[in-house]
Amino acid sequence: MTANVFNIQRFSVHDGDGIRTTVFFSGCPLRCLWCHNPEGESFRPSLLYYAEKCSGCGRCAAVCPAGAVTVSLSDGRTETDRAKCTACGACVQVCRADARAVAGKRYTVDELVKLCAADRMFYEESGGGVTLSGGEVMAQDIDFLLSLLKALRDEDISVNIDTCGFVPFEKFEAVAPFADTFLYDIKSADPEKHLYCTGVKNELIIDNLRRLSGLGAKIYIRVPVIAPAPNDKEFDGANFTEKDISGLISIILGIKYSRVCLLPYHNTGEYKRASLGLEASRFAVPSGGELERIKTALTDAGVGPVFIGG
Amino acid sequence: MTDRVKRLRDISTTVTPSISMERAKYFTEAYKKWEGSVSTPEMRALALLHFMKHRSLYIERGELIVGEKGDKPQAAPTFPELCCHTVEDLKIMNDREIIFFKNTEEQRKWHAEEIIPYWENRSIRHRILSAMSDEWRDAYAAGIFTEFMEQRGPGHTVCSDKIYNKGFSDYKRDIAEAISKLDYQNDPEAYRRREELSAMSIACDAIITLGRRYAELALSLAETETDEEWKADLLKIAENCSVVPEFAPRTFHQALQMYWFVHLCVTSELNPWDAYSPGRLDQHVYPFYKADVQNGTLTSEQALELLECLWVKFNNQPAPPKVGVTLKESGTYTDFANINTGGITPDGEDGVNPVSYLILDCMDEMKLLQPSSNVQISRKTPNKFLMRACEIASKGWGQPAFYNTEAIVQELLAAGKSLADARRGGTSGCVETGAFGNEAYILTGYFNIPKILELTLYNGYDHYTGKTIGLRLGEPEDFDSYEKLYSAFCRQMEHFINIKINGSAIIERIYADYMPVPFLSIITNDCIATGRDYNAGGARYNTSYIQGVGIGTITDSLSSIKRHVYENGDFTLRELTRAMEANFEGEQYGDMYHKIRTETPFYGNDDDYADDIMQSVFDFYQRTITGRPNVRGGQYRVNMLPTTCHVYFGEVMQASPNGRLAAKPVSEGISPDKGADTHGPTAVIRSCAKMDHLRTGGTLLNQKFTPAVLAGDAGKKNLAALIRTYFSMDGHHIQFNVIDKQTLLDAQAHPEEYRDLIVRVAGYSDHFRNLSRALQDEIIERTEQSF
Repeated sequence: MTANVFNIQRFSVHDGDGIRTTVFFSGCPLRCLWCHNPEGESFRPSLLYYAEKCSGCGRCAAVCPAGAVTVSLSDGRTETDRAKCTACGACVQVCRADARAVAGKRYTVDELVKLCAADRMFYEESGGGVTLSGGEVMAQDIDFLLSLLKALRDEDISVNIDTCGFVPFEKFEAVAPFADTFLYDIKSADPEKHLYCTGVKNELIIDNLRRLSGLGAKIYIRVPVIAPAPNDKEFDGANFTEKDISGLISIILGIKYSRVCLLPYHNTGEYKRASLGLEASRFAVPSGGELERIKTALTDAGVGPVFIGG
Repeated sequence: MTDRVKRLRDISTTVTPSISMERAKYFTEAYKKWEGSVSTPEMRALALLHFMKHRSLYIERGELIVGEKGDKPQAAPTFPELCCHTVEDLKIMNDREIIFFKNTEEQRKWHAEEIIPYWENRSIRHRILSAMSDEWRDAYAAGIFTEFMEQRGPGHTVCSDKIYNKGFSDYKRDIAEAISKLDYQNDPEAYRRREELSAMSIACDAIITLGRRYAELALSLAETETDEEWKADLLKIAENCSVVPEFAPRTFHQALQMYWFVHLCVTSELNPWDAYSPGRLDQHVYPFYKADVQNGTLTSEQALELLECLWVKFNNQPAPPKVGVTLKESGTYTDFANINTGGITPDGEDGVNPVSYLILDCMDEMKLLQPSSNVQISRKTPNKFLMRACEIASKGWGQPAFYNTEAIVQELLAAGKSLADARRGGTSGCVETGAFGNEAYILTGYFNIPKILELTLYNGYDHYTGKTIGLRLGEPEDFDSYEKLYSAFCRQMEHFINIKINGSAIIERIYADYMPVPFLSIITNDCIATGRDYNAGGARYNTSYIQGVGIGTITDSLSSIKRHVYENGDFTLRELTRAMEANFEGEQYGDMYHKIRTETPFYGNDDDYADDIMQSVFDFYQRTITGRPNVRGGQYRVNMLPTTCHVYFGEVMQASPNGRLAAKPVSEGISPDKGADTHGPTAVIRSCAKMDHLRTGGTLLNQKFTPAVLAGDAGKKNLAALIRTYFSMDGHHIQFNVIDKQTLLDAQAHPEEYRDLIVRVAGYSDHFRNLSRALQDEIIERTEQSF
């Protein structure tokens, strides 16, 4: 039994309390327009290509077993036909410019537990532990997930689940006894806007959040704050306008939670979008003043404590 | 910071470093007058007394602690009896772009006429270089090791609480009593002891003279002073200097002045690399602080101002000018005074007291490179103290460094110290462990471990000097297994360690016989009781250290050979040595270089493959040195630190098997090689902790962060947890660089050297090298703002 993981980050200090190791699982049911981990959207490994590093030597094209890579005559760089590419990694090995990488590698439960347990002393000293994230950890095979969670509990390691909430509630019920804290995202209170931004409606997500809260789970609500790009007529941001915030407040006031974290949009995912051949996203970074305005609106309505950042 | 301190700090940080010839003048006069008619220890003491009688004094307006090493702030004395500079040396010191010392044509002329003719063939440096074997000379020229005592006296030792309980008139009585008890019939050494003790008594007069002269000067300045405030300060200075150093201090202010006079005398007697340290300053002066505050004569604000005046004094003293290899191994003005704050008491209780917090405030406000300030963190240290230290560290200028009290105590116990002496101990210089006030722990030089492998791979031949200087243990084809190569490497290392230790035996003897330090001996236990000099084994404990450099580079080099040559057969050892000679340049080495850099298990990633190699190299180095006898009745031990020597050791090497290019620095301290670690600070710490720190006398670990990682309360809590965890794993020392804009710009230009740099942007962290140019630019701007 294995799962695809595209990154394991030790000394992760912004995904829950203390010093943590965050495991990023591949595969997500949502397609958030602002996703900063786009290499984690697919359930399969993905090839990343950093065009600015490429020297155009063509060694990748020569070794590609699927014949997916060609050297562009116009600018000397390479092009990869992603329909043919299997992300086998043959081109990565020969690339002397480090312009190619594969995101996603299969791990067994034992392998993950060993890696996660390495930093046990840091967790115990700092009140940290392991955060399972993604992609979407809750979208992983439930047997794999439960087996991993049980093994981590046997090791006495605290676990946080970082989730978008878009899975059948039965999965939450199964996982809840093993998780200390859920880092639970609300991308938008408005079902239509949610659909526009993420590709799915939010009813299941909100319903799951209420039911999870009803189980008595410890929840950190995480709210991305996306500011619209200047001159964008179509989209007025997510969790940015007064209307959005009041919708958010009405959801949050109905449930039990430990804290609310505002996660300001940042453009660190952009280079990864480019490396996956995806279109650039088009949002703005909210200013400190705008974040304070939203925080004040929430606290004035009785929501709190509210933190800016993870 | 008060206006007074601000002004003194400004002077200290803006005056141009220069050379002061006064010490050379008076020491030479004294030698010309008395040499041959008195014993060597007495000669040394008389020279110090002559200097203290005639040297110029200096009181800067507004200062509350008085005394300079030179004739003014930032003026460094020379020590011609150790190293007689040539006129060319002085010119280079004047002209070089960094670590310069201004001197005039007139000074150089005087030096050429008065100093060079007397000292050029009698200086210690001359004596040492004449006494060394050819093989020692070859190894030294090739950069296999350096020699600390070639132009500096043995030292950077540390003061105990002795000077706060007794004045030097009391020590004169103790010395007289020791002389009266000498047993000439049964002790063949009795007469030598008398000479040494008589020298110590003269050295007491030297410091008493200095104090009295300052009292007189302050009094005479006060008589004509019209500014009432400054007049009152001058009268206070006069009062203090008429008490200390002759008598024991009675107030907090006098205690600090006492230390400073002692510091001046130790570092004027010789230049013990190049410093002396007050050790556990918070614990030593706390009784005075407590009493003064209780009787209403001192406030915490006044105490802070006095500490800050003392800090200025440290910063006013650049390390004496160095030349040649010694300049390369220690290319800095830093004087290596290193103040230990916190830790535990001799009874094993938590040692943090109100003065400890004042010292942290002082450090924070002053932001001076000198004195180096550190905190000792024990299991008993309150979190409040640790968090305050983390807050200062997160400001990003490298201080305080963090030391592990429990590790220090165990290191000292393992070296044979008593429990109480171990608890009184700490670290000095860079990171070296010592029993403060009781030990002469002498650093003998840095040892270039990666270069040993280079010599082994080329059958003893050194490309840098063009000579065969090592053992001829075989050509690459002869090493048909990793084990054979590794055992040849170990034999080669043992060979050069033997050469180093043979040389050190002679050098330590030369210092014992020709350069005794009677003043330092007064305040080091048990020199008075045994009538023996500090440099001749008079201290209670006598350790010699050899500092290993480049553990990251050697580990990665061996890992690369093991994996690619012997396990995978990617290339032969001969092909590798040819690539190293070619500096991996050329199309034919492109694949080899890429494979080495991307497919070798490197040290610093919590990967046992590499870390096991680190352990075995460390183990061999440590076992080969530790426990060997030195000529002072003590033993050799190791520590793992570089100062700036990793740069010099890289310069003398060609490319190494881990892909490090020719002349580039080797790894520093026990830190991974540049760019080798890619799994973050917890993985680095886990790798480093696999070394058995408790068998060393100190290790050094640097960690880099961007300011945002450490931002806020959570950031500081995580930093504190990182430190506590490393110390639970028996780590000896850790310090933090918070990355500034300049470094990020450099990281942008040379991403291959900053593979380990993690930056915090917003919602998550990433490796800086993986970010786009535009994003890097943005972070660079933001980082600058967040300072």
